[in-house]
Amino acid sequence: MDPLTATCPMPQTETERVLLGHGSGGRLMAELLAGVIEPELGLTGPAEDAAVVDLGVAGGHDEVIVSTDAFVVTPRVFPGGDIGELAVNGTVNDLAMRGARPVGICLSYIVEEGLGIEELRTVTASVARAARSAGVRVVSGDTKVVGRGAADGLYVTTTGFGLGLPGARISAANAQPEDVVLISGPIGLHGTAILSVRENLGFEAEIASDTRPLHDLVAAMVDAGGVSVHALRDPTRGGLASALNELAETSAVGVELDESAIPVPGTVAAACDLLGLDPLHVANEGCLVAFVSPEAALDVLVAMRAHPAGHQARPIGRAVAAHPGRVRMYTTVGATRVVDMLVGEQLPRIC
Amino acid sequence: MIGVCLGIPGRVVELTDEGLRMGVVDFGGIRREVCLAYEPDAVVGDYVIVHVGFAISRVDEEEAARTLEVIRAIPDALETELGATGPIEDEPRETEPREAAGR
Amino acid sequence: MKYLDEYRDPVLARRLLADIHATAGHKWTIMEVCGGQTHTIVRQGIDELLPAGVRMIHGPGCPVCVTPLEMIDKALAIAARPDVIFTSFGDMLRVPGSATDLVSLKARGADVRVVYTPLDAVRIAAAHPDRQVVFFAVGFETTAPANAMAVLRAAALGLSNFSMLVSHVLVPPAMTAILDSADNEVQAFLAAGHVCAVMGWTEYEPIAARYRVPIVVTGFEPLDLLEGILMAVRQLEDGRHEVENQYARAVRRDGNTAARDAMRAVFQVSTRLWRGIGPIPASGLTLTPDFARFDAERRYGVAAVTADENPACIAGQILQGTKIPTDCTAYGTLCTPRHPLGAPMVSAEGTCAAFHNAGRS
Repeated sequence: MDPLTATCPMPQTETERVLLGHGSGGRLMAELLAGVIEPELGLTGPAEDAAVVDLGVAGGHDEVIVSTDAFVVTPRVFPGGDIGELAVNGTVNDLAMRGARPVGICLSYIVEEGLGIEELRTVTASVARAARSAGVRVVSGDTKVVGRGAADGLYVTTTGFGLGLPGARISAANAQPEDVVLISGPIGLHGTAILSVRENLGFEAEIASDTRPLHDLVAAMVDAGGVSVHALRDPTRGGLASALNELAETSAVGVELDESAIPVPGTVAAACDLLGLDPLHVANEGCLVAFVSPEAALDVLVAMRAHPAGHQARPIGRAVAAHPGRVRMYTTVGATRVVDMLVGEQLPRIC
Repeated sequence: MIGVCLGIPGRVVELTDEGLRMGVVDFGGIRREVCLAYEPDAVVGDYVIVHVGFAISRVDEEEAARTLEVIRAIPDALETELGATGPIEDEPRETEPREAAGR
Repeated sequence: MKYLDEYRDPVLARRLLADIHATAGHKWTIMEVCGGQTHTIVRQGIDELLPAGVRMIHGPGCPVCVTPLEMIDKALAIAARPDVIFTSFGDMLRVPGSATDLVSLKARGADVRVVYTPLDAVRIAAAHPDRQVVFFAVGFETTAPANAMAVLRAAALGLSNFSMLVSHVLVPPAMTAILDSADNEVQAFLAAGHVCAVMGWTEYEPIAARYRVPIVVTGFEPLDLLEGILMAVRQLEDGRHEVENQYARAVRRDGNTAARDAMRAVFQVSTRLWRGIGPIPASGLTLTPDFARFDAERRYGVAAVTADENPACIAGQILQGTKIPTDCTAYGTLCTPRHPLGAPMVSAEGTCAAFHNAGRS
């Protein structure tokens, strides 16, 4: 062996790709956390096994609202956002749909060996930015690394928690006949944005994901309508059709929709026409449907319209006592048809 | 799912040549590469019907307008024979409750 | 979208409906051939708004649905091979074969890829010279020119690793088979607009004359279908039996010559087996001898594969229009989009799927 060309047998620090060693709890992992993840998230203080979170209330709350979610979207970066932003907004929204003011998020990564460290940094920076925007803190985290092929790049899981908004009594089981169904904005943007960057379907579009936190909008709605805001849902996978079917089923009410009232942006309609998809089944990440009692509906609608996340809000239908669990729609030519849930997988992993 | 019969109209915005006559077609804001080999006379600005990535026909804009004019010429008076219908807020509809066949 | 949205105008739709009501004085049975037309009719509920005497029968217009079971099994046999990248339109992925389907095969590791255009299959072949790429060429005359171009392109590029599993069907022979059938009740047809954009309508003139049936070349948007139905009803009331063109903005009498030239170079007419109907002479396309080297059936030796249908599935009668999905004992129970027994429930354009998704029971 030529001493001049011999390479040092000590392990080199990998600066570009995540290695299995980064997940093994030793020095490499500490370096990854200290060098990449913690700075982005602004985590300071001693590294503990669990976080103690001061909820900042002087009694009065005996319930915490909690939600957990996983994000496996590919591609991880898409027009309008990335998996990090999606993870924060998605978690915040789950809490908001139950009438909570989100307080904090626990974050966990499952990283595939070989993922670029820069990508990990960028995603974490997105998480931090989205959390700041939404006014929530990332309080706890975990990182695991699995072998090449055992995960698709990066999976993010979250657990979010929050406190109930005063005066809110919101539940998927709460919708009542005669409730007005309001939607906060146009549908189909997220799913179509994802599709537009999928290789085998490849088309260019000026469509960006609508991912955004909705908790502030919900707070404004509860402010205006109080307990008249009966049920909320953000239609993610499965689209508006699936979300409404779930609510109809859980609340045992029927739903009647007016097809011409449902806001579908032209580009979304065009993409759906091109690919033969139904906009009602396409995923969303930044809109919500609300079931509100008729006396309060106008006030809630006005409050939504005054808020940036709801400025295109409108009524799209109502709950009825007839056909509980079923969603029916008046088509543009005046006939009616049943709107069913999405059957099976329309697209692989869009959120 | 992608419909095998699906053919939709779009506007040619760019022509390219890769040994095969290709172009970019705009469908209401969505753009896609389309093979124009079967519409060799199509130029930028023309509307074509696209099926599985191929232009199979050109839209005749005069005929398109004529079709609509003919339909618009159908007198409104006929509508009253059908009865008024419209969005949900109008007079109550009779809807027979359907037997759920299982979902 | 221009040239699309205008043909969805609800006010004009109601005028057409009113005109149909005013014109129809007798009971009539009309068949729309194309699955895309069935889809619009059922999804918009158009058939429920027609006068009680005007009945729409949904024809065998879904090329996915009429693909014979053995052809699916051939596709599955080829796709299962480790050296093959199997490409297909999305619609075919969940059609059940005798034992499994392409989606399940894909989940078990087969390289099955959805493509939007057959040219992408050729691109994949060019990019992977070490793998065999097979394209599942299903469709009516509308799709044949695209598939022909894929073959021509592969030949021009000198690709030896590209082949096509051809299952093309032609519309006019199917129409005459239905008209010849003893149970036939169809009195007029709405011909498939995009098929005619390619082929023109000259082939339909002898059919209209011989069987004395009106044939109206019709588009796919609600106004197109309503106008097509109105034109058919007018002919029926007048006792005429002509070929008329409702879809004038996209269809000319001679169709698309360049497209047909390419089809003629690559494909020849042959007998085809139609699922649920049986073999119809001169009703399909196969590759000409000049391009036989691109035939996947030959390349993979699957020509002799045969298959038996699930007895509960009445796809044949659905496709011929002699039964509707709600007549089927398995509909909505054993057979749903979630676990389909036959093709008309799997394909988005299939009659059974269209009914189920619109909640018909």
